[in-house]
Amino acid sequence: MNGMLTVHVDGIGWRSPGLADWAAARALLRDGGSPALLGASGASPAVLPPNEGRRAPETVRLACDVAGQACTMAAREPAHLPCVFASMHGDLAITEHMCMTLAANPLELSPTKFHNSVLNAAAGYWTVATQCHAASNALSASGASFAAGLFEAAVEAHANEAPILFTAYDVGACGALAGAMRAEASIGVAFVLNPERSAHTVAALRLRHDGDGDDAPALRGSWFDAALLPLFGALAHGHCARLRLPAGAGSALAIEVLA
Amino acid sequence: MPSRIPPLAITAYTATSALGRGRHAHVEALRGRRSGLRANDFTTTPLACAIGRVDGLEASPLPTEWAAHDSRNNRLAWLGLGADAFLDAAREAIARHGAGRVALLAGTSTASIGSTEAAFRSLEDGRFPAALAAPVLHTPHSLGLFLQEALGTRGPCSTIATACSSSAKIFAQAERLIRLGIVDAAILAGVDTLCGSVLFGFNALELVSPDACRPFDVARRGISIGEAAGFVLLEREGAGAPRLLGYGESSDAHHMSTPHPHGLGARLALADAFARAGIDAREVDYVNLHGTATVKNDEVEAAVLADMFPPTTRASSTKGWTGHTLGAAGILEAVISLLAIEHGFVPGTLNTEVAEPACSAQLALANEERAVRVALSNSFGFGGNNCTLAFGCAA
Repeated sequence: MNGMLTVHVDGIGWRSPGLADWAAARALLRDGGSPALLGASGASPAVLPPNEGRRAPETVRLACDVAGQACTMAAREPAHLPCVFASMHGDLAITEHMCMTLAANPLELSPTKFHNSVLNAAAGYWTVATQCHAASNALSASGASFAAGLFEAAVEAHANEAPILFTAYDVGACGALAGAMRAEASIGVAFVLNPERSAHTVAALRLRHDGDGDDAPALRGSWFDAALLPLFGALAHGHCARLRLPAGAGSALAIEVLA
Repeated sequence: MPSRIPPLAITAYTATSALGRGRHAHVEALRGRRSGLRANDFTTTPLACAIGRVDGLEASPLPTEWAAHDSRNNRLAWLGLGADAFLDAAREAIARHGAGRVALLAGTSTASIGSTEAAFRSLEDGRFPAALAAPVLHTPHSLGLFLQEALGTRGPCSTIATACSSSAKIFAQAERLIRLGIVDAAILAGVDTLCGSVLFGFNALELVSPDACRPFDVARRGISIGEAAGFVLLEREGAGAPRLLGYGESSDAHHMSTPHPHGLGARLALADAFARAGIDAREVDYVNLHGTATVKNDEVEAAVLADMFPPTTRASSTKGWTGHTLGAAGILEAVISLLAIEHGFVPGTLNTEVAEPACSAQLALANEERAVRVALSNSFGFGGNNCTLAFGCAA
């Protein structure tokens, strides 16, 4: 009952401005570089049919892009993978557009913008595009969104004894809302997580929610500030590492990376 | 098929909606066939529809120590938390198990977006006014942040936002955390409040009924939107407590805002709920349907009900009482299902006169007095996101 969960990483997806996939990000991280996160993600995922790709908001394109990368690397058919999508902000550009319309003329609200505004839009487009009937989840936990989503995915993988797709994404925006939220960065990452080691396993993550901690890292800033470099740096180098991500008030997600 | 799971005890539960505050108000309104719906008096731009509005939120700011979190959604959360002594039960569970062993799982579709809408109505030089600038008001996790501060839990905490299945899926999330030994208890919170986004958004999709919704009526014209807060405390043991028996989750893989024409996702969710609960359809006494009163949802759900259940199963939609409370619908209707078990009655389907022929055998229009030992609750959301919950009487 120590609450430790080990999941094996069978696939990794990555996209940030200027880094189109995990191979590019890994090369940069191995050279000691830091990914630039300002700007558009430039995602145009192969998994979405061209029409859907044009209609889908940028958050959805980014999430589907990295999710597809992780499935390809893990050689997993997305149709059979349950999925967890995590985002700190959802789609700020859509929220901004909807709130501007509501302030000016609410009767002109766009039906497509409305159904694209749900936090589970990425999960919705993804499951439609991949014909996935498995459980799909969408969650948010402020600056702990990555930690909460990763932990939820690991819990689902163990509870159901089956691999799962985990995707975390956020897109920078401009406007009053993005200003208030200080949301400027675009980044999407994804893992295919397997409760068992497989032929595709590249690393293992040992996870524990630590709620005892007065020494828990403070929940401020964005999930990629805290999560990105230590975790993905260790994965890029194939190094073992221990890190603690903020996981909400007074709690941390302890992660051990096993190369 | 998933394996059978050990049932969990529901050691405290409550709901606040247009029917009133707490379980007694809900039982009284359900038994008395008194709807909480009223003509829309919420939007400043007129929109002819019925709404399920909770009275008094405008005059009930949060206690000053949590003033930074003050929004309509968090006010409703706080109001609902105090009903049926749920707050005391939650605090006792935290003291009993330790704060790090209690999860806080929030479910909502729009969180505090009403505050974001207000900020856009009062932009100053293109920026949010100072009073509405705090990020805690504009994040999808606003409910979880507020409740974690108010309750002091230190276990896993997140906000699931899968549209209208949000607060059903937190039951599944809780069960996994408890079964794997990560926590000993989970506080489940589903809260959604009226806001321009949903009223005008569903209006844009032409899914809002001009009059009070009539679920499964052949002349139904769409949904009535409501607001609600529901809370459930889940633990392994609890003498005399009703049980969470199982759940099923699935994806339609069909369309963002239209259900699968044959209800494929709904059928998968029901089948998984049966498997986890170790029951079959004949053992189900009552199904609280999603029953939104849109043409499509009810047509599809009626066919699924008729195909998967014997004619003796009793089923209803209670949205004629509360409206569709969106992200709170899962937990609100879970509470109604638990009340049906506790009080031994099947609530009917308010406002409905002529039922869809497909499910007229199962659909209860009038209330029925009968023992309910096993009850199901269906919740289906945008993005084809489905969840079915199975509840049972005390072991």
